[in-house]
Amino acid sequence: MALTGLQIYKLLPQTNCKECGFPTCLAFAMKLAQKGTELANCPYVSDEAKASLDAASAPPIRLVAIGAGERAFEVGNEVVLFRHEKTFYHQPGLVVRVKADDPKIVELTARMVSSYAVERVGMSLRLDGIAIEDSGGGAAAFAAAVAVARSAAPGLPLVLMSTDPAAVGAALDEAGADRPLVHAATAANWQAMAELAKKHSCPLAVRAESGDLTALADLAAQVQDAGVDDIVLDPGTSDPAGMLAAFTQLRRLALKKNYRPLGFPIIAFVGAGSAEEQAAMAAEAITKYAGVIVLDGFEPALIYALMTLRQNVYTDPQKPIQMEPKLYEVGAPTASSPLLITTNFSLTYFTVSGEIEASGVPVWLLVADADGMSVLTAWAAGKFDAEKIAKTVTASGLGGKLKHHKLVLPGYVAGLSGEVEEELAGWEILVGPREAVEIPNYLKSVWKAD
Amino acid sequence: MTELEIPVEKWSGAVRLVTLGATGDGGTRTSTVTVGGETTLPFLHFEGQIPNAPVVAAEVVDMHPADWSPALLEALGDDTRDPAAWARKMVGLGADLISLKLRSTHPDQGDRSAADAVATVKSVLAAVGVPLIVYGPGVVDKDNEVLVAVADATKGERLALATCEDKNYRTIVAAALGNGHLIVAQTPIDVNLAKQLNILISDMGLSLDRMLMDPTTGAVGYGVEYTYSVMERLRLAALMGDGMTQQPMICSVGEESWRQKESRVADGVPESWGEYATRAVVWEVTTATALLHAGADILVVRHPRSIAQVQRSIAALMKGV
Ligand code: B12
Ligand code: SF4
Repeated sequence: MALTGLQIYKLLPQTNCKECGFPTCLAFAMKLAQKGTELANCPYVSDEAKASLDAASAPPIRLVAIGAGERAFEVGNEVVLFRHEKTFYHQPGLVVRVKADDPKIVELTARMVSSYAVERVGMSLRLDGIAIEDSGGGAAAFAAAVAVARSAAPGLPLVLMSTDPAAVGAALDEAGADRPLVHAATAANWQAMAELAKKHSCPLAVRAESGDLTALADLAAQVQDAGVDDIVLDPGTSDPAGMLAAFTQLRRLALKKNYRPLGFPIIAFVGAGSAEEQAAMAAEAITKYAGVIVLDGFEPALIYALMTLRQNVYTDPQKPIQMEPKLYEVGAPTASSPLLITTNFSLTYFTVSGEIEASGVPVWLLVADADGMSVLTAWAAGKFDAEKIAKTVTASGLGGKLKHHKLVLPGYVAGLSGEVEEELAGWEILVGPREAVEIPNYLKSVWKAD
Repeated sequence: MTELEIPVEKWSGAVRLVTLGATGDGGTRTSTVTVGGETTLPFLHFEGQIPNAPVVAAEVVDMHPADWSPALLEALGDDTRDPAAWARKMVGLGADLISLKLRSTHPDQGDRSAADAVATVKSVLAAVGVPLIVYGPGVVDKDNEVLVAVADATKGERLALATCEDKNYRTIVAAALGNGHLIVAQTPIDVNLAKQLNILISDMGLSLDRMLMDPTTGAVGYGVEYTYSVMERLRLAALMGDGMTQQPMICSVGEESWRQKESRVADGVPESWGEYATRAVVWEVTTATALLHAGADILVVRHPRSIAQVQRSIAALMKGV
């Protein structure tokens, strides 16, 4: 939380020497509070004052990087409780847990997690890491499993799950340079864990029991005093109600109270239930403040839904993801290929173009400027009416390029076809199916050039 | 140890209590469902009261929905050919209430008469003891015709008649007023439109404890973020004391979720989409859960596994801390 001008003033020398270019220290402090000048402009500010001012300007939830290299991800640094107040910035990392005891399974899981990717609205969505869980086989076995995962999935961020400092130490000797997240420091082992995290400059998760945030704060403070800056919080809740209460309280403490000991991202475990049980826990974690989410296994059907929800929740509410409005070629269309029109909402564009691609029929896809709205929304808002459609077609110059003069409208705006036909002399207006899934069938069996 | 001071909001407003179904005075239900009454955000037991858990309504259609996703049709079996049997099955699976869609009265879906609709509603009322939400075909004129006839023929049942929109709320509100029913007010993902419609409807004399609001649902991947934020904003306004945003919220989770390709298509999709049957159910559960955390009071869902999971989640979230 930013300091007020008066609070800053108290930290200044109060000599009014004017060297900062302001008539008084108070004037300088006021300007500083509005971010209109820099602290460095006062040559006399003490180191102590500098430190407290720096601390006060640090984000209320620390940004923590997990992993190293290209696939590293950052979590934290959120500024609001509700996404409509601004936006959520750093989407939670989705990681898959695997037990250390069977190297074959560790290897297979690491490979699958690492190569998993799904395309959505033009973005490639991926998993963020793998959590290797110590199964009590001793330090050497744990380190070996970590080594297996590292070589099967180079660069994939790791979470090292063990409360045994010896095991974590051995694993960090193997993988410390990759900045794995160590989970977890507890009341019993925190000194040794903090030392290890500090030695390898790794982020460290601290874990309390059953939502005891006071204990969590004490633990976080101790670990921080021991020299660990990058902390992740695990309040130790495993049920939906406890998790919601703890995560909400943590977010509020950080944002509303600027409570430093708990100003860190949070890690959530969604349990080992059925796919739909994990889905429910994970959906809660995504909407309600998790920074890292640990899934119990590699289940693409679950992962795809969660990555989609995550993408939705972390989209800036002020700007829908949109496309440049223009003529797109899907496949390699010729003068007799079909012409379809749609709006420039990315979701709409990619849903439609994906189906066209799947059909194997090359198509001219004309994307109208509809302020990034879906077909029906744009229609309802008056951004995708007959006039707009006619103008878009005319401006595209397609009239001179195509052998046929046929334009396919989305089925949901079938009602516009008469009007468009009036506006576009010489064009025949066809009505396509309502849902994009039906486009391949339409292109293959209904659409005819002549 | 430093004792932590947990920030707790002091809300001045509460969600309104609305009871669906009636057991006497014309009502023939064996049980009623009350939603609303929350004095805090969803499931924050440390902050306020949540006297009524959100509930799960199962969607039933008055004709076999041959165009529904194969995963759904397989899970529901033959009972989809008889709305009474279908409703009974869903109550057996644990649904708290039934949402009955009178689809066959749609001009393009058979155009069945209002009298047929009344007979269907009566058969479902006879088959189950839980309250009913009744949806018209979604075409203004026909909605009016069908829902008025249903309202007249079921006086005192406290059905929820759906939906009232800005274009056609008068007739349906009048039918609810005259026969002791409730209404569902639907607006397209907009806080102010929702408020306005609530005001218009209450200006007609329908008391606020007979109104649910449907802020319009988008599924995961298909607009859920818009629905989610509008619901959060409506709920925050309600808790801050804005009387025209305090109606319990109902979400058509099943209808939206099962419309999407992810839930409909098993073959010819990327392998990374995962196993079809699980994906389809997870899509519905994920949509429902997100909206539950945004303030949904009634979730209308379709798949038996979703009903079970959403109810498990609600039970777990109601346990408090
Ligand atoms: C999310 C949403 C919004 C978001 C906007 C999101 C966006 N960027 O567009 C917000 C909240 C801003 C919004 C606002 C409004 N909305 Co709105 N919104 C929705 C919602 C929930 C989902 C829309 C969506 O994303 N669909 C997914 C995309 C992919 O669908 P699509 O573009 O239609 O594309 C599909 C098909 O059309 C087809 N297709 C697309 N292109 C083509 C091309 C061809 C050739 C073919 C064959 C097929 C095809 O393929 C796609 C997949 O099948 C729908 C309701 C719903 N559940 O569907 C309401 C809905 C579209 N909104 C509606 C309305 C009325 C509005 C508002 C006018 C409300 C108001 N008065 O403020 C405003 C308008 C905006 C404004 N004034 O600024 C109404 C439209 C009513 C109607 N039947 O016409 C709807 C249907 C809700 C309702 N039931 O009332 N909305
Ligand atoms: S330079 Fe520093 S001490 Fe001098 S007036 Fe400015 S703020 Fe005060």
